[in-house]
Amino acid sequence: MRFSFARFFAVLAKEFIQMRRDRVTFAMMIGLPIMQLLLFGFIINSDARHMPTLIEMSDDGPLTRAIISGMRVSDYFDIKGAVNGAAAGERALREGSASFVIIFPDNFEHDVIRGLKPNLLVVADASDPSAVGGAVGALSGIVQAAMAETFSGPLASLTPSPAPFGVSVQKMYNPEGKTSTNIVPALLAIILSMTLVMMTAVAIVKESERGTMEMLIATPVRPMEVMLGKILPYVFVGYVQTAVFLLTGLTLFGVPFEGSWWAFFVGFNLFIIVNLALGFLISAASRSQMQAMQLSMFTILPSVLLSGFLFPFAAMPGWAQILGNIVPATHFLRVVRIVMLKGGDIGDVAGEFWALLAILIVISTIAMLRYRLTLD
Amino acid sequence: MNDEPVIDVRGLTKNFGEKRVVDHFDVRVPRGAIYGFLGPNGSGKTTTIRMLCGLLTPDEGDGTCLGFDVRKQADQIKERVGYMTQKFSYYEDLSIRENLDFVARMYRLDRRRERVDAALTDLGLADRQKQLAGSLSGGWKQRLALAACLLHEPQLLLLDEPTAGVDPKARRDFWDEIRRLSAKGVTVLVSTHYMDEAIQCDFITYIAYGKKLIDGRAADIPGMVGLITYRVSGPDISELEARLRQEDGVVQVARFGSVLHVSGTDRSKLDAVAAAYRQDGTHEWTEKTSELEEAFIYLMAGARDNFARDAA
Repeated sequence: MRFSFARFFAVLAKEFIQMRRDRVTFAMMIGLPIMQLLLFGFIINSDARHMPTLIEMSDDGPLTRAIISGMRVSDYFDIKGAVNGAAAGERALREGSASFVIIFPDNFEHDVIRGLKPNLLVVADASDPSAVGGAVGALSGIVQAAMAETFSGPLASLTPSPAPFGVSVQKMYNPEGKTSTNIVPALLAIILSMTLVMMTAVAIVKESERGTMEMLIATPVRPMEVMLGKILPYVFVGYVQTAVFLLTGLTLFGVPFEGSWWAFFVGFNLFIIVNLALGFLISAASRSQMQAMQLSMFTILPSVLLSGFLFPFAAMPGWAQILGNIVPATHFLRVVRIVMLKGGDIGDVAGEFWALLAILIVISTIAMLRYRLTLD
Repeated sequence: MNDEPVIDVRGLTKNFGEKRVVDHFDVRVPRGAIYGFLGPNGSGKTTTIRMLCGLLTPDEGDGTCLGFDVRKQADQIKERVGYMTQKFSYYEDLSIRENLDFVARMYRLDRRRERVDAALTDLGLADRQKQLAGSLSGGWKQRLALAACLLHEPQLLLLDEPTAGVDPKARRDFWDEIRRLSAKGVTVLVSTHYMDEAIQCDFITYIAYGKKLIDGRAADIPGMVGLITYRVSGPDISELEARLRQEDGVVQVARFGSVLHVSGTDRSKLDAVAAAYRQDGTHEWTEKTSELEEAFIYLMAGARDNFARDAA
């Protein structure tokens, strides 16, 4: 008995009809990517701005005013008003109505001019380090500028002299430092692994859970015909999701696409296949659609946390990097970032392709060993 | 191969883990017969049927189905057997026509459209062909399932509890159809635990705990069981029923409306009981020939007597 294309196409057609009738599947296919793109793209911002700030000061000289207006202009601080006494400032921090309290000590202006080097105290709510980092970094620049502006003429000597050399940073690939430029391309890896693994696993398990598998295997259909017929529609789903992603990413978020389309094409096809194989493996290990969903969850968390999607991969501890390298999303995410942001071509991402290929071979071998088309 | 049995297997055995589900099962099914598999739930009927049509590989035993080896030629068997599963196993989210068409494509049938149209007309579902299968009632689902497994004109039909959850009218229609098929030369093997269905069969095998207890022509079964039965009628039948159950020699008391069928396996003991009660004169005792009904109630009650081993 040979592979029959007629039967394979029949399974394929049936799968498409079922997919079309299942609204939830449809929503997952189109809605989930859009939702993720919008949420992650617009909301995640590691360079936090507009932090509510309170000022505590006893005098109101030109330097103080220059510093405050510098902070205002910087965008990092939203000056909410003045506060009186340490206790009031602390309460505002605790309640969260302020992220910063800037305390100008008594006689600040006077002491500066006399050269007493008074301390300008910045109390920050550092419970979320990423929220305060950017603002604190900006503050010293603001103070410098305010001093230079205020102390001219004879007082110019109070302005600290510049270092004997300059440091200039050239920001490559994402000069504006926009978080969305980094996050949005990587989202393709997350979207594909989140939906494809689960949808494939659920679709296959559904046959055995509903009892239709028993009818199916009582017919002369071959295992390979069923497997390919059921999996191939999800390649199509992957294509649709990639198209939705590209459309939204390039237009709405203005993410650049600098590199080779060819490398991108090979990469996402390879990644789709890896995910389908993984979904297939999960289906072979689960007895119900519920179990298949739960097992799929186990693949989602590493994809989000270990892949370098949210946190720099290089900053992860060594063992986590080793684990991260087993996660397919890690490699595809690099492919997308290298190709889209850094203008990479096939040569630049060949290493990631090999890694994906290796993962694919391992997963499919295990899946094929576990998949049998009898009820034994 | 016309006189050859359609199914001829010996020593079929299947274990699921530690549990032996089917234990050295033999059966010969002659061509054109309606053959009933009877037995309580979990007695191994479904597993046996699955082994016969190549869905499960037996752990031990061998034999043929339609002349093909049940171990090695599952593919050839599948091409020629119609298997109707216990649970509705077609796609609820496909329409009636789509389901039939899908099955036809699985068997790579020629004149597909024509066959599906004919099946729809036979079913009386031609005007509802676009309705989703999931929206059909139990009886209609069953008819759809039967139509689907007849599409490829199988020589052997395996029906696993086909009328579970179907109303009496639909069940009667279903059996009319089965007899029509049988008359056309299709061999039918059906599992059931309904007595009124068992009566429709030409041959019967009774299975319990994976073992065959008895096997023969339906008409011979009561004789093989060896029950002697009295028909008892009269007043206060319920009270009498309770009293008779205590009597030595009475193996079974079955109530049919206002009469009792009192059965036993030991003639002298049962006759003694009958004689004693006749003396009271309140009830009328007449001996009757034991029928399938009594035999089945007896078998179902799980009585495992010597006859089981003798008959097998």
